[in-house]
This record gives sequence, C-alpha cells and structure tokens, in this order.
Amino acid sequence: MATVELRFSALPEHVRTARLVAAAVARRAGVDEAVLDEVRLAVGEACTRAVGLHQSGGISAPVKVMLIEEEKQFSIEVGDEAPHAHRTDGSAVGAGGDVEAEEDEMGLAVISGLVDDVEVMAGEHGGSIRMTWPATPSVVVLP
Amino acid sequence: MDLSLSTRTVGDRTVVEVGGEIDVYTAPKLREQLVELVNDGNFHLVVDMEGVDFLDSTGLGVLVGGLKRVRAHEGSLRLVCNQERILKIFRITGLTKVFPIHTSVEEAVAATD
Repeated sequence: MATVELRFSALPEHVRTARLVAAAVARRAGVDEAVLDEVRLAVGEACTRAVGLHQSGGISAPVKVMLIEEEKQFSIEVGDEAPHAHRTDGSAVGAGGDVEAEEDEMGLAVISGLVDDVEVMAGEHGGSIRMTWPATPSVVVLP
Repeated sequence: MDLSLSTRTVGDRTVVEVGGEIDVYTAPKLREQLVELVNDGNFHLVVDMEGVDFLDSTGLGVLVGGLKRVRAHEGSLRLVCNQERILKIFRITGLTKVFPIHTSVEEAVAATD
C-alpha cells in the first residue's frame, strides 16, 4: 500500500487539499525544501487534469492520489477513471473535445517541464500520472 | 487561502491586485473580473501578482484569455511579478514571450510598446 492514499470527489475545491497533503508527506519523506513548490504545483496539475477528465466524462468515481515513500525516492501517482482515447501520436486526450484537450495539454506541459521523472499511462479504464523525486530521509543528529 | 482581488485606476491603466492562490477552484473568479473590466471598457490592464502564493496552468489560461480579450480592443495586459517560483511557471510554458512582465506597478503603468 502507498504510504498515504487520498481519494476525493472530482471537484475543483478539493485540489488544494491534495496539494497540501502531498507537500506535507513529501516534506516528511525527505524531499528537498527547494523542490516542495514543484511537488505542490505538479500534483495540483495532475489532480486538476483528473478532475477535468471526470467532470467532462460524467464520472462519479473519486480521483485517487497515492503518495509513496521509498528508500531514496518519493513518488506521487494520480489516477483517474476516465476512458482515454488513443491518438495516432501515442498521447491521450479526454473525451471532452478540443478545449479540454488544450487545457489538458497545458497541465501536462507544466508537469513535464517541472518533473524529470514522469510516467503518463492511459487506458480504456482510466489513466494515471506517476511523478518521482529523489528523497533523502532526515538523519537525526544528537547533540 | 482563497483568492483576493482589488482594482484601481492609474492614469489610463487599470491595476488588478491579485492575492492568494490561483488554481482550478479560484481561477473562474479572476476570469470573471477580467471579463467584467474589459466589458466595462478597460482595455489596458496591469495584473499585480506580487501577492500571489500559487499559480497553476488554469491561472495561466485565464491570463492568456484576458490578453486575448484586451488585444481584440487594441489594449494591453501587463504583469507585475518578482517571485521566482511564479516566474518559473511562465518560463517553462514559454509565456514570458507572450506577457510583458515588470518588476513594479510603477514600471508597468509607465510602459508603452
């Protein structure tokens, strides 16, 4: 199981909560303070995209965020349940038409500009974005 | 933190002071404000982002939409921002080439193309 798992109704007002939780868990996992702003922004973008896909697809299922603490890295996986149509160039778009597709791409552009290690998966039953950052667990220094 | 908005007029420019977080939840509020200003005939806008703590692609979309609207009336939309973490988002999306970004409201108000 993920270190922390979060599920929220696909509503814009909950994206901020996801950002706050992700940043808190990332900090605890030892992600560098200087990178936390990027974590916050990237997870917000991924959740915004998932909320958009659920809303335009009329999907009532919640958006799922998994925060995974590993030995030297920290990963966030944001999962949606929207069926993704595959395009010939291999990228995926939601079913909501051009406007949503453009916004979707803008969010993805920000994520790929921010995070070096990103994996975007899309299938018939949903998609996910997995982002990974290096982490150094804090060492307790005794006086 | 929610979004705060206030507007004031400086010469022929309208300064929109934005504070708080601009994201998928709050961006519609900013969009409404910009649309209202343009509908009321304010075509030269300066958006002061110094009080903004967070900006995402939804917020960028609203700013681009605002720019499109003022340009339709031969107007302008200038930004004021000194915060590195906000400027970074404009850089990675290539929008620094689209928006004139100033270091102070005074500079933005005085600027001409």
